[in-house]
Amino acid sequence: MTRQRYDIKSYPGFLQITLLCLFVLYAPLIVVAVYSLNASASIAVWEGFSFRWYVDVFTGPESAKFKTAARNSFVIAIIAASVATAIATLAATAMVRGGKFRLRAWSFGLISLPLMVPEIVTAVATLIFFNSIGFDRGLLTILLAHIAFCIPFAYLPISARMQGIEDSYEQAAQDLYATKRQAFTKILLPLMLPGIISGFLLAFIISLDDFIITNFVKGAGVETLPTAIFGAVKQGIKPNIMAISTMLLGFSVLMVLISYLVSRTDKTS
Amino acid sequence: MSLEQPNAIEVRDAVKRYGDFTALKTISLSIKDNEFFTLLGPSGCGKTTLLRMIAGFEDVSEGAIFLYGEEIEGLPPHKRPVNTVFQNYALFPHKTVLDNVAFGLQMRGNSKSDSRKRAGEMLELVQLSQFAGRKPAQLSGGQQQRVALARALAPQPKVLLLDEPLSALDLKLRKAMQLELKHLQRETGITFIFVTHDQEEALTMSDRIAVMSSGELQQLGDARDIYERPRNMFVADFIGETNLLDVSVDRIESGQAICHLGGGHALTCPSVEEVAAGSKVHLSVRPERLFLTATQDDGNALKATVRENIFVGTDITTLVDLADGPEIIIRTSNSERGNQRIFDPGTPVYVNMEHGAARLLVD
Repeated sequence: MTRQRYDIKSYPGFLQITLLCLFVLYAPLIVVAVYSLNASASIAVWEGFSFRWYVDVFTGPESAKFKTAARNSFVIAIIAASVATAIATLAATAMVRGGKFRLRAWSFGLISLPLMVPEIVTAVATLIFFNSIGFDRGLLTILLAHIAFCIPFAYLPISARMQGIEDSYEQAAQDLYATKRQAFTKILLPLMLPGIISGFLLAFIISLDDFIITNFVKGAGVETLPTAIFGAVKQGIKPNIMAISTMLLGFSVLMVLISYLVSRTDKTS
Repeated sequence: MSLEQPNAIEVRDAVKRYGDFTALKTISLSIKDNEFFTLLGPSGCGKTTLLRMIAGFEDVSEGAIFLYGEEIEGLPPHKRPVNTVFQNYALFPHKTVLDNVAFGLQMRGNSKSDSRKRAGEMLELVQLSQFAGRKPAQLSGGQQQRVALARALAPQPKVLLLDEPLSALDLKLRKAMQLELKHLQRETGITFIFVTHDQEEALTMSDRIAVMSSGELQQLGDARDIYERPRNMFVADFIGETNLLDVSVDRIESGQAICHLGGGHALTCPSVEEVAAGSKVHLSVRPERLFLTATQDDGNALKATVRENIFVGTDITTLVDLADGPEIIIRTSNSERGNQRIFDPGTPVYVNMEHGAARLLVD
């Protein structure tokens, strides 16, 4: 059949290229995950299976530092993702439902531009901004910076979801005596929820593992998990770093899984 | 004000413009209380725009719309006692069928339990009680259609607006729903305004029909009026099938126009006001009002040759060529009497018009 002819699986080298790509992408992660379970203090020699380094992360000499850094990271990620998601939801509502207003294309560009700008540029600019207005660097500057750069990440899944919702639902709600506000909260918002959750999780992950911007705007002595890991690695890579990294990886996979399940249950209902 | 019941809807010189484009050109019409009223026309004729203006989704550029004597312009949709059945139904996908139907009642301030009780009764009316707990996506198209209907009827609107609600259904279901809608309208006593491009649907269901085209009202009347006495070329052509012939009017005698076709055939038919002697007009005659004979029994009969007979089940469609003239379509019912009027292709015949079947139309 014609379909067979265009089947990508019949292209020569398809399997080999796929395997190569998967290998390049995931082999380093697998190595880290496996060696985090190494009993040895060396990162290169396998000496048997052990949870030793996971225990070390929570009780070892560096555990206090990591605990503070992890708490900072999670607090910042939760707040930054929440605020960014709220702003992105409103922005998406305006962009998708606001009709054809002037400068609409420009507005979209402005929202998405941070995704394209090299992160180092954003980092330097943010630092200069905080300096010039005399803002003391610390947790608050990290939080503000994270809110700002999380907005476009939260915006994309939310606006994509919203574009798929016909405006006849809100019209039907208003036709059935709901005010504009009720049509938004009772009809549009629940329909947007999968997009909002995806946007939140994406923003959360982005905030959680951001290094460059955080490193620029954090005050002295204030650490998030990525900057703490970077600081620890400067004195040599120890297996406990691999344990932390593996836990972060596991957490990220969990988030992606939740995001996937949310969008899937929505389709079946 | 007069003592009689005010019209359900009164559209007075309403105009709708989008920038430079005029979607509706000065429309005036009245829709009576408890009437099944249809706005009929091809897509882009402005019928849906007019419906959305009544619902409150479009404002009126000029003129006014009255609902039972009160002007509604400026009222947002949620303050108008009017409900809509949308073309795509727009059932809330995250709510159950019951909660969909209860939504309008709840927004009107009824308690949750009251709304649900009343919604349950509405579902009974459309025979969907057993599906109350399902989500809309789990229902068939016809069932969704009935839920949309129940949802719009539940708050007991003064006027129900229906925007081509049957267009997504297959033919059999559509026919069944046409009758069901008509019954629902009689049972509830609510004024229905139905928008469609399907002339057969309009003729079947409506008390009165407004035929629209390019933003203008072409004709307003009951089904028989519009079908048998079309006011202009557009209506004659759009509603049903018709033969349109160019004729010249020779003279008018006591309400009868004596005219001739291009080929010289002479004809006599009832005249209408606008027709003047010496003018060129069109003659419209429905295919089912024509019949063939082997001999010229009537002075009005036109000489022709049978080209083709097409069997379509209930009817037989015959194409004949007038001598020196255009092609004519004739529809004969597939019955014993009808079959006696069928002739083989190539046979010379005479085309007869039933008395009063021909109608003259001015451009």
